[in-house]
Amino acid sequence: MAEKFINRKDFINNLPRIYGTYTGGFLIFIILMAIAEQAGMTAKTIGIMFVAFTVAIYALIGWISRTVQVDAYYVAGRQVPTVFNGMATAADWMSGASFVAMAGGIYFGGYTYMAFLVGWTGGYVLVSSLMAPYLRKFGCYTVPDFIGTRYGGNAARFMAVVVLTLASFTYVTAQINATGTIASRALGIPFELGVWVGLVSILLCSMLGGMRAVTWTQVAQYIVLIIAYLIPVFWISNKNGFGFFPHFMLADEVARLNDLEATFGLVKNAAADIKAAGVPGGLKSISVPHSDVPAGGMAAWKFISLAICMMVGTASLPHILMRYFTTPSVKAARKSVAWSLFFIALLYTSAPMLATLSKISLLDPNLPTGLIGKPIAEIMQIEWVNAWINVKQAFIADFNGDGVLQLNEWFMRGDVVVLATPEVAGLPYVISGLVAAGGMAAAMSTADGLILAIANALSHDIYYKIVDPKADVRKRLLVARALLIVIGAAGAYIASMRITSILGAVAWAFDFAMSGLFFPLVLGIWWKRATRAGAVAGMIAGLGSGTAYLIYVGPKFMAQTPWLGIDHLRFGIIGAVVCLVVMVVVSLMTEEPDSATQKMVDEVRVPSGKTILGKAH
Amino acid sequence: MSNKERHWEKTKGLMMLTLAIWFVFSIVIFMFGESLNNGSFLGYPLAYYMCAQGSIIIFVVLIFWFANRQEKIDEEFGFAERGEDE
Repeated sequence: MAEKFINRKDFINNLPRIYGTYTGGFLIFIILMAIAEQAGMTAKTIGIMFVAFTVAIYALIGWISRTVQVDAYYVAGRQVPTVFNGMATAADWMSGASFVAMAGGIYFGGYTYMAFLVGWTGGYVLVSSLMAPYLRKFGCYTVPDFIGTRYGGNAARFMAVVVLTLASFTYVTAQINATGTIASRALGIPFELGVWVGLVSILLCSMLGGMRAVTWTQVAQYIVLIIAYLIPVFWISNKNGFGFFPHFMLADEVARLNDLEATFGLVKNAAADIKAAGVPGGLKSISVPHSDVPAGGMAAWKFISLAICMMVGTASLPHILMRYFTTPSVKAARKSVAWSLFFIALLYTSAPMLATLSKISLLDPNLPTGLIGKPIAEIMQIEWVNAWINVKQAFIADFNGDGVLQLNEWFMRGDVVVLATPEVAGLPYVISGLVAAGGMAAAMSTADGLILAIANALSHDIYYKIVDPKADVRKRLLVARALLIVIGAAGAYIASMRITSILGAVAWAFDFAMSGLFFPLVLGIWWKRATRAGAVAGMIAGLGSGTAYLIYVGPKFMAQTPWLGIDHLRFGIIGAVVCLVVMVVVSLMTEEPDSATQKMVDEVRVPSGKTILGKAH
Repeated sequence: MSNKERHWEKTKGLMMLTLAIWFVFSIVIFMFGESLNNGSFLGYPLAYYMCAQGSIIIFVVLIFWFANRQEKIDEEFGFAERGEDE
């Protein structure tokens, strides 16, 4: 019955009402929890209720959206309206890292860190003008599906799958790790168990309905995560009288931070002092100005080069590109990119504000929450300080032994900025529970998108297109689901071992993707002369040189001095340039693509008419 | 020049223009972050504001504008999609 319901036009037309009701229901749930807190419900129970309630809803949506049709499983039946696809993409995009770590990154990194903000939003201009509408017209199920058909031959398809898997898998372990952390904290279970609980929740959303189920759960997850992010920002700003609409009204606070930095002095602690004081790993103190631009051309280049890597990487990440395969038309795909960025911007423009609010709450001695300049013995009496110090998320090191807290003596983990700010600012616990649910939603939605991207590429491009082209629909979907479990389990297993030494930075995923996929995708659409040999050589050379350079400069590997400031976060610049040069040279050396291929490219460039690949292929 | 070729010429022109605007607000202005920060907007230091909000808002508006322009071009040459089910 549910299958019938979700296929009907009614369902699509009723979407605003369905999600409106859902949002209302969620707000009522928050109010109920607030009342329960007043009535004496413990913080722990509230945390469990929030995570359990939201995950149960996602699982329900996942079950209702189950399907046995290929195009519903791979591209949600191509009927997702623009605005809803925008919300789903925003949830797909904003990971646990965006939700939990971004404000903390800005808190500690200041202007320099905000290159990530520019990079993770500017990339959508490339997605809309160079990629999404044309890939939608193509009608592919996966990104390698486009590469394989445009260039022809299994080698190109296979290489695209390799790049996709490498980029997405680098990313997904971090997401499963985040779900594990949040689940373990909210449910009070060990981290290793939390990881598996997180994985089961993730698979409940995607296994039965593939892309269709992931789409409708991601919309639900976006609503939860954006409510969870914005309520504390507005609440803190209004409570302290910083401004009714913080985004446009925090200029005085930013200026005030500048003064406070001058008063307290920004001191970079020596590594030896930090070690001697026994500061737990991963904790930092503020040593960089909040809004000043660092001097010099090298600093500007570092900002720009990071932004370039993140932008070009965004336009090459398959789990994002495949979201635009689900819209009803080419026109809708273009509009949908705009909506995606709109929904992403709601959170991203709030992150610097949250960082500002959080910092001023801690620094300003005129505020009751201010810590700096107060006696340490007094600070240790504060409940939240104690709680976070006990779990090694915060630390006080009295370097000068005067018993008074200095700016460089207060250490904190970046994640604490989002997770603890409600407590720090004295908001009720229900808000902390809400934030936990938001973080869970952010990490789950991204993990789902990534696992699905890998499983779909392996099932469609490797299994169906290369290994067994005669497989029937039932068998294809069975393989797709089995791969989903295998990939999820592999990610969870690596996350549960906590071997942080092999886990890369999230930025690596962007660098891998841009090294191997950006130019084969762009030139496939915009340059008819690009040939199969060129694409294959470009992908191999780009990925190979990028990876080699990563190993050369990576601090966990050979740790050599980076060339021109291109460090391990920016290795995609090397990979992408090599990929471009090799692809162009080899394409020009080989015979131009046959007329059928050229005609295909012509067709892709026109929005009207049939898709290149059939509805079910 | 055929209809298709003219449509593609215009599409390419729009793509170039969009990317030029993108290039200015994602890269060029941050080459001059230091001096930009002497200016201010809404009271925020300008370079700080541009990466915290300004450029992001410009990107959102730019993509909506691009999508509308491209739809007009498609209609002009008769390549607009007719129904949603196409």
